[in-house]
Amino acid sequence: MSIFEYNGSALVAMVGKNCFAIASDRRLGVQLQTVATDFQRVFKIHDRLYIGLSGLATDAQTMYQKLVFRHKLYQLREERDMKPQTFASLVSALLYEKRFGPFFCQPVIAGLGDNDEPFICTMDCLGAKELAKDFVVSGTASESLYGACESMYKPDMEPEELFETISQALLSSVDRDCLSGWGGYVLLVTPTEVQEKILKGRMD
Amino acid sequence: MGRMTELPTKGGFSFDLCTRNDMLLKNGLQMPPFRKTGTTIVGLVFQDGVVLGADTRATEGPIVADKNFEKIHFMAPNIYCCGAGTAADTEAVTDMVSSQLQLHRYATGRESRVVTALTLLKSHLFSYQGHVSAALVLGGFDVTGPHLHTVYPHGSTDTLPFATMGSGSLAAMSVFESKYREGLTREEGIELVAEAICAGIFNDLGSGSNVDVCVITEGKTEYLRNYQLPNPRTYISSKGYTFVKGQTEVLSTKITSIQPKVEAVEGGDAMEE
Repeated sequence: MSIFEYNGSALVAMVGKNCFAIASDRRLGVQLQTVATDFQRVFKIHDRLYIGLSGLATDAQTMYQKLVFRHKLYQLREERDMKPQTFASLVSALLYEKRFGPFFCQPVIAGLGDNDEPFICTMDCLGAKELAKDFVVSGTASESLYGACESMYKPDMEPEELFETISQALLSSVDRDCLSGWGGYVLLVTPTEVQEKILKGRMD
Repeated sequence: MGRMTELPTKGGFSFDLCTRNDMLLKNGLQMPPFRKTGTTIVGLVFQDGVVLGADTRATEGPIVADKNFEKIHFMAPNIYCCGAGTAADTEAVTDMVSSQLQLHRYATGRESRVVTALTLLKSHLFSYQGHVSAALVLGGFDVTGPHLHTVYPHGSTDTLPFATMGSGSLAAMSVFESKYREGLTREEGIELVAEAICAGIFNDLGSGSNVDVCVITEGKTEYLRNYQLPNPRTYISSKGYTFVKGQTEVLSTKITSIQPKVEAVEGGDAMEE
């Protein structure tokens, strides 16, 4: 069993029209046993920037704590929030620093940049950035998520439609993966508000 | 007793998770596959300069992680570098040498030379004994003329009139070996590079998607991103999926409005004496 399959996870982020959505499953497992059904994988960095961390849960939590620490120092020095592109470079550098003994987590970063331009990006566990204009996926359900997102994604979706699309893509993909699921959590960010929704999914 | 807080490190690699990772491996867990660039990368020297080419597929095991990944990296305004191997390594090593070249330009006040980039790359890769898995095709035009080099992960280099690297290198090299000649014109050079990359795209499973080309001549560099798109997505339904609003069952919703940050105005009303 791979280290990534120890806890199980599913993460997806999609770009819409001046908005973005980031969604995750809610299961925390220890190999095949489920330990929690309300595990948080998507974390807030600031109002317009969120990071989801898949992979080994302990490394995801450690990465999140280190990133919040670095961002708070940045806020104190620069007196402003970090731009998503800068934050992506920071995450990439922190991961590559551990090139020969890496953190086993794959981040998905989503944020609203200048002019409310949505930004999404994912990386492998060494920090190789992949900037996408449509969607990014990560986790044990990533292969199903690639397929679901390729077929369901449309460019320039409004927030309501984006929510439906990302939810359906997530729920259908985690149904094909034993290690992720047990509900879904979707975060939809527009320039004026943030909507967090818990989805009803199969609990098996 | 270790330090209680972790200050931002001075740079370079940190090995503090290695013991823990070895323990995980011994307990039967396997290392995850890193994102690799399966890749076909090529370069050739023509009469006025250098043409570099690359495909755009990034793989993670057997899955295509990115269909339009940039493999031609900027080193200096007159030097570009194509990278194959572990994606994080090629990106990190080319970014690092690019920064070092810029500092060197500020210190010397001169345009960077290709051999400078070459020496910086080979000494970094050699010192990590091949563990930094980056195979590069470096090309550029400086005061001494056009140059093309290949750099291997262990630190060895070759200087060649035409070069290919990556899993698709044999397919691309077969095209070069049959059609390359000295003194090619710009159009012929670009055509030959595109043909070699297409040979890699269609025959090698690790390479795919589109062709990127970069032409470097004296005083001018042209980065032709997605020069050819031989693999368009034709099967997609024009209607797409439409989900009715309310189709997904939601258990709970929480809406927070984003407060716009208040700007503190400097030099406001002076305090009354």
